[in-house]
Amino acid sequence: MSKIEIRNIYKIFGPDPTSVMPLVKGGANKQEVMDQTGHVVGLDDVSLDINEGEIFVIMGLSGSGKSTLIRHLNRLIEPTSGSIIVDGENVLKLDAKQLARFRQSKMAMVFQRFGLLPHKNIIENVGFGLQIQMVSEAKRNAAAQEKIDLVGLTGFEKQYPDQLSGGMQQRVGLARALATDPDILLMDEAFSALDPLIRTDMQRRLLELQTSLKKTIVFITHDLDEALFLGDRICILEGGRIAQIGTPEDIILSPADDYVAAFVGDVNKAKVLRAKSVMVSPRKLTAAESKKSVQMPVNALLEDLMPIVLKQGNIIEIIDDAGTVVGQVGGADIAAALEKDNLSA
Amino acid sequence: MEKKNGVFIGVISAVILLAASVFSYSVSIKKKPDGLWDLISNPSWLGDWPRWLDFPLKEWANAGIDWLVETYGYIFDAINEGLLGVYSSLTSLMVLTPWPVFIVFAAILTYFLSGRKAVVTIIVAACLFSIGLLSPKLWDKMIETTALVVISISLCALIGFPVAIMMSRSDRVRNVVLPVLDLMQTIPAFVYLIPGIMLFGLGAVPAIIATVIYAVPPVIRLTDLGIRMIDSEVIEAADSFGATPMQKLKIIQLPLALPAIMQGINQTTMMALAMVVVASMIGTRGLGDEVLLGLQQLNVGRALEAGLAIVLLAIVLDRITQAYGKRLQERKSDEG
Ligand SMILES: Nc1ncnc2c1ncn2[C@@H]1O[C@H](COP(=O)(O)OP(=O)(O)O)[C@@H](O)[C@H]1O
Ligand SMILES: [Mg+2]
Repeated sequence: MSKIEIRNIYKIFGPDPTSVMPLVKGGANKQEVMDQTGHVVGLDDVSLDINEGEIFVIMGLSGSGKSTLIRHLNRLIEPTSGSIIVDGENVLKLDAKQLARFRQSKMAMVFQRFGLLPHKNIIENVGFGLQIQMVSEAKRNAAAQEKIDLVGLTGFEKQYPDQLSGGMQQRVGLARALATDPDILLMDEAFSALDPLIRTDMQRRLLELQTSLKKTIVFITHDLDEALFLGDRICILEGGRIAQIGTPEDIILSPADDYVAAFVGDVNKAKVLRAKSVMVSPRKLTAAESKKSVQMPVNALLEDLMPIVLKQGNIIEIIDDAGTVVGQVGGADIAAALEKDNLSA
Repeated sequence: MEKKNGVFIGVISAVILLAASVFSYSVSIKKKPDGLWDLISNPSWLGDWPRWLDFPLKEWANAGIDWLVETYGYIFDAINEGLLGVYSSLTSLMVLTPWPVFIVFAAILTYFLSGRKAVVTIIVAACLFSIGLLSPKLWDKMIETTALVVISISLCALIGFPVAIMMSRSDRVRNVVLPVLDLMQTIPAFVYLIPGIMLFGLGAVPAIIATVIYAVPPVIRLTDLGIRMIDSEVIEAADSFGATPMQKLKIIQLPLALPAIMQGINQTTMMALAMVVVASMIGTRGLGDEVLLGLQQLNVGRALEAGLAIVLLAIVLDRITQAYGKRLQERKSDEG
């Protein structure tokens, strides 16, 4: 069973959404529905599964429905039709009280413009989710302090949000989301408002935290590099529809359609492809070759293999976790993988 | 589109006015033309506005009020007695307070509300002192006026906050309330005295009612605006953590809207003062009454002193109600 199961979600914005449903189900696209009825198609038959402990990235251009989709998970937006199951529980069946409990305990959200309370200091902001749950002040301050330390903001407890830089504010947002100890983190373009350097730093921090936290993270971005860097799996949205779901390598190596292909066309594949997807089956190395040979893990990125091959002109043996040689990579294999027209290699 | 609307509204108004005219004609007991032929053959009614073309609103209103007073008189009596009780106890409390104590109390209040600002505090104390200095008689008059203003703005807040909170939550409520507020602010202040007098006769209570109706719009408008202007992401954050509407209100909306709310209270206070002065015409005692008497007796000096006292009181009320809002804003810019 997946952590989150989304089945056939439709979301239509406008005065009379249900009246437009037949048209949308009949296959009309976003633009056609807009022209014919003035309604906006937010999501069009979206189904996906999100597994426990993975970073699931939802990517798409502005207006493709990413924010709409993520807000369905905690029902900040109600679907026009479809179902949402979290941990086997039908989210759409919850009444107001149950929904409040669900939001308090199951998931927490991190926002693009941080969504911090400007009139509360950092420790109060981080403790906000617990305050909603009526946790006593002493207890929530203790919990908040722990998360503040975790995101590296020790010493800033008594400052106010507008005294901090964007990156620090977003760390507060992250700490606040972690403070209620939810299973699921929802991050809506959480790093999009940050400067490039800070952004890269935040991406690294998130991955580092994730190795110990092992949360289920739904991460939204319009930036392909960010998606490829963070995502265990990526879902590409276009005009409210799913264009493709897959691992970064799936998407780079076999784009589902022209739209995805155009999207990923310019990406630096060396930063995405791993040894396991470019290696060929091992053959016996000559004595000279094996003298220079280097061993690398299956998950090594192409960009880590390239300097070795280029410098020494040798062949790299690829080993799995147990240390067995499972394949090898040479200059020709790398060249083939990086060639533009050879995407389906 | 615009033109079509115009035609539509034109036709509708014509039909309504025609119906009203026919109705007025038929119920009129004045001498009137016998029928259509008489009307056309004897066009003298085109000169002065004909007596028989008089919509009977006045008769209806009187009948309506009579019925209201007969049926629900006890409610109005209760309101009347309640408000009068509050008014007279507040007035006597403040009148009994020795004037230096009153001034010191106002000064202390200002000092702390303004975040320990000496200048505002001195201005408030000096203005109050000057009122007594203008004429000893004016002190008690000022107290009476102040009591009316204080009761009126308390009622404005009591009515205004819930209405504003409902408005900020629902566009539908807002679409109903906003035009009503617009209307309330276009009607001349004097007209507000009418419903109060109809139900409560002359005196302090109709003055309070009129003042509340006249002065309540700013506090509603600005509270609603203050709540709506809060960053939608902050509200979304609260929702995403499972906050109840009450928690959102207490932890986020009211604190963040407070500067706007205080601005609303300030405007409401100033409008209340203006109305309380006007209300002297329906027999309210206080500074307005002094102006009125001075003018009636052609005692310009007396009217002038009372007028100046009103200005001084206005300054005092303005400074006190602004002090707190200003402090909130300054604290905000200090942090930024
Ligand atoms: N409340 C709303 N009313 C009408 N249209 C909306 C509303 N919210 C979103 N939309 C529309 O739905 C589409 C998807 O929006 P959104 O999910 O915010 O996109 P993204 O987050 O990918 O930029 C857009 O076309 C947007 O204009
Ligand atoms: Mg968005």
